[in-house]
Amino acid sequence: MQSNWDTLWQHRDLFIAGLANTIVLFLLAAGMSFVLGCVLVYLLEGRDNPARRLLRLLMDLMRMLPFLIFIYLLYYGLPALGLRLQAWNAGLIGLTLYYGAYFAEVLRGARLVLPPGSLEAAYAHGYRRTKAFFRIVLPQLCMRTRGETGNLLIMCLKDTSFLLIITVAELTAAANTMSSQYFIGTEAFVVAIALYWLLGIAIESLIRWCRRFGRARGFEHD
Amino acid sequence: MDAQAWRMLLDGAWVTAWTSGLAIAIGVPLGLAMAMLRMARIPVLDQLLATWISLARATPLVTLVLFIFLVSPRMGLAINREAAAVMALTLNTSAFNAEIWRSAFRGFSREQREAALACGMTPLRAFRRIMLPQMVVTSMPGLVNEMSFLIKGSPAIAVIGMVDLTRVTNRIAAVTYEPLPPILAAAAVYMALIALLVRLQAVAQRNANRLAM
Repeated sequence: MQSNWDTLWQHRDLFIAGLANTIVLFLLAAGMSFVLGCVLVYLLEGRDNPARRLLRLLMDLMRMLPFLIFIYLLYYGLPALGLRLQAWNAGLIGLTLYYGAYFAEVLRGARLVLPPGSLEAAYAHGYRRTKAFFRIVLPQLCMRTRGETGNLLIMCLKDTSFLLIITVAELTAAANTMSSQYFIGTEAFVVAIALYWLLGIAIESLIRWCRRFGRARGFEHD
Repeated sequence: MDAQAWRMLLDGAWVTAWTSGLAIAIGVPLGLAMAMLRMARIPVLDQLLATWISLARATPLVTLVLFIFLVSPRMGLAINREAAAVMALTLNTSAFNAEIWRSAFRGFSREQREAALACGMTPLRAFRRIMLPQMVVTSMPGLVNEMSFLIKGSPAIAVIGMVDLTRVTNRIAAVTYEPLPPILAAAAVYMALIALLVRLQAVAQRNANRLAM
C-alpha cells in the first residue's frame, strides 16, 4: 500500500517546478521593484511641482489597490486596449509595478526625515546632484528602511500566490494540482506552507545580516 | 455597464464587505486573546502560540483558503465556501493582530499597573479598567492598518469560488464582453474603502499621539 507521502515524492518534480517558478518570480520582481522604488524616489527629489505631485498620486492610488485587482487590470483589462500579456509576464510586471510603489513610499518616508548634514557635506565636496543621491542619500535610506523592506519582501513573496488565479504554475498552483489530480491535498498543502515559511525565514535572516553589515560599515551605532 | 452589471458589482462588494467585516470582528478580539495568553508565558503553550503566529503570518492567504477548503472535509469537518473563506481571513488577520496587541502590552507603563494593584484592584479589574482602554487607543492605528491589508488580501477568497468584488468582474465581463469597465469600477470601490480606512487611521493616530503626549 502506497502512502500519500510516497505519491507526493513520486511527483516531486511538479512541486520543484512550482517552487522554482515562485522563487524566480519573487527574485525578479523584488529586484526590479526595488530598483523602480529607488528611481521613483530619485524623481521625487527636489521642489514640489505638478509632475511630482502626479507621481505621488499614482503611487498612492497603486497602494490603495488590492494586488489581484491590479493583476486583473493587466491580464483581463489590457487586451481590451489591444495589449495582450502572457500570464507569467503579466504577473511579473504586476508585482514589479505594485511593489515599486510600496518601496518608493517606504524610501520616501525615510528621505523626509533624513538629516540634511551628509548631503550638504557631499555638495560641499563637489558632488553633483545625481552622484550625491546615489552615493550618499540612497545607501542611507536603504539601510534605515531595512525593517520595512523585509516586510515588503515577505508580502511580495506571499502575493506571488495570487498568480495561481491567472494560471501561473507557481507553488500554490502545484499544491492545488496535486490535490485535484492525486487527492493528496493535505500533504501537498502542508509541504507548500512549510516552503513558504522557510522562504520567509530566509528573508528575515537576510535582513538581520543587512543589519550587521550596516553596523560594520558605520551606517548606525548602538 | 448597465443596471444589471451594477447590481452584480454591488452584490460582489457586499460579499467582500461581510466576509472581511466578520473576519475583523472575530480577528481583533481573537488576536487580543492570543496576545494575553502569550503575555501569561505558560511554558509549552507560549512556544506553540509563537510558532503558530509565525506560521500564520508566513502563509499566503490564497494558500490558506485553499488548504482549509480542500482539507477540512478530509478531517470530517463539512464546511462550505463561506465558512472556509471567513475562517481563513480570520486566522490570517488574528495572527497579525496578536502581534499588534502584544506590542501594546509590552509598551504599557508598569507604574500604572502597579499603582492600580496597590489601590486594591484585582489583576482582572486593573486590566479591564486601566490597561485595556489605553491599549485600545495605542494599538488602534496598527489595527486599522491591518484591516486595510486584510481588505487588500480578501480577493484571495475568489480562489474557492466565492464571487467577491474582484471575481464578479469576470462574471460581468462574461455577459458584456467588456472586461475593462467592471474592473475599473471594482478598483474604484476598493479605493474608496481603503481611503476611508486610511482616513480612520489618521484620526486614530492623532488620538494615540495625544494620549502618549
